[in-house]
Amino acid sequence: MSNFIPTGIELSYLVATALFFVGLKNLGSPATARKGNVIAAVGMFIAIVATLLNQGVLNYELILLGIVIGSVLGAIAAYKVEMTSMPQMVGLLNGLGGGASTLVAVAEFWRLLHSVETVSLDNTITMILSILIGGITLTGSFVAFAKLQELMSGSPITFPLQQPINVLLLIGFLVGSGYLLIAPKDPTVFLILTGISLLLGVLFVLPIGGADMPVVISLLNSFSGLAASAAGFVLMNNILIISGALVGASGIILTQIMCKGMNRTLSSVLFGAFGGGAKASGGG
Amino acid sequence: MAEGLIGALFVFVLATLAGAEVINKVPPTLHTPLMSGSNAISGIAVIGAILVAGDRNLNLSAILGFIAIVFATINVVGGFLVTDRMLQMFKKKEVKA
Repeated sequence: MSNFIPTGIELSYLVATALFFVGLKNLGSPATARKGNVIAAVGMFIAIVATLLNQGVLNYELILLGIVIGSVLGAIAAYKVEMTSMPQMVGLLNGLGGGASTLVAVAEFWRLLHSVETVSLDNTITMILSILIGGITLTGSFVAFAKLQELMSGSPITFPLQQPINVLLLIGFLVGSGYLLIAPKDPTVFLILTGISLLLGVLFVLPIGGADMPVVISLLNSFSGLAASAAGFVLMNNILIISGALVGASGIILTQIMCKGMNRTLSSVLFGAFGGGAKASGGG
Repeated sequence: MAEGLIGALFVFVLATLAGAEVINKVPPTLHTPLMSGSNAISGIAVIGAILVAGDRNLNLSAILGFIAIVFATINVVGGFLVTDRMLQMFKKKEVKA
């Protein structure tokens, strides 16, 4: 009996992962797209129910409350949104997913900080990657949402010294990461790294024009997959690693297809505001 | 590096290669629904959120996990429903045409 439940959970994860692959495959063709979406949703349901059976999961009230609140908010948002606002809706949802992955990494860091366990090098590296990718996804998606929703100007926003600031932030992130590898239980440095990641997400999307936002959201969707995968490495959980990698890889391919459809290259979309400014503003 | 990490890297790389093969020749009308559907799958982070919130002690980790559950569930539920709404619309259009 003691082995029955953990084995059952792992097997359920295997089924769920397979359903994700089949669902995504079906989503790519018009005749089967709707069925594919349902298949993936069934996979997600199985994965969540299986996780609730985990013996380490004790706070049922808290968890169910979270699931109910999230479901209600998600359903309201899905039914209220206008058809014309779909791309920014996906952007917003995507940001929340990236935010969740970041929070998982921060929560795991906090747990390790207050336990007697030593933090291994692997742990530190995966947590750093997780907050970096997840943080960029969170704020980048929110800026993309704001641009499409016209909460802020859709034109590329550049300011003096933008590139030097980006480079400085990246260097700061690398230095902080290096420090954390030596002294893994330093909450201040960890929080600074989280802050830099969030800032990088904003700075990454600001210089990109509103017409290119769908491509950016697709790229950030790929990032949110990688963020989930990184969170999977932090918790050493296969279903997170596999599903995240699936979304990450298919998201990149889809992004390239979308770029091709617009006769653009991905690099001209991302860095157009810096190099060929005229080209970028005329695109899309 | 720990053995567990190497195993996880194998899984990651193979899943990435498989994921890259799943998508090819998608008609433009399906770009947004496909993005939205795969975005809902990335809400799988909800599993991680449940695991970190599961601790009996109600400390900061559990609270962060709780917020992560709310975020990820919005992503999952909203994502799948929005995708279905988009695809429903395409079907009606096709019938009319």
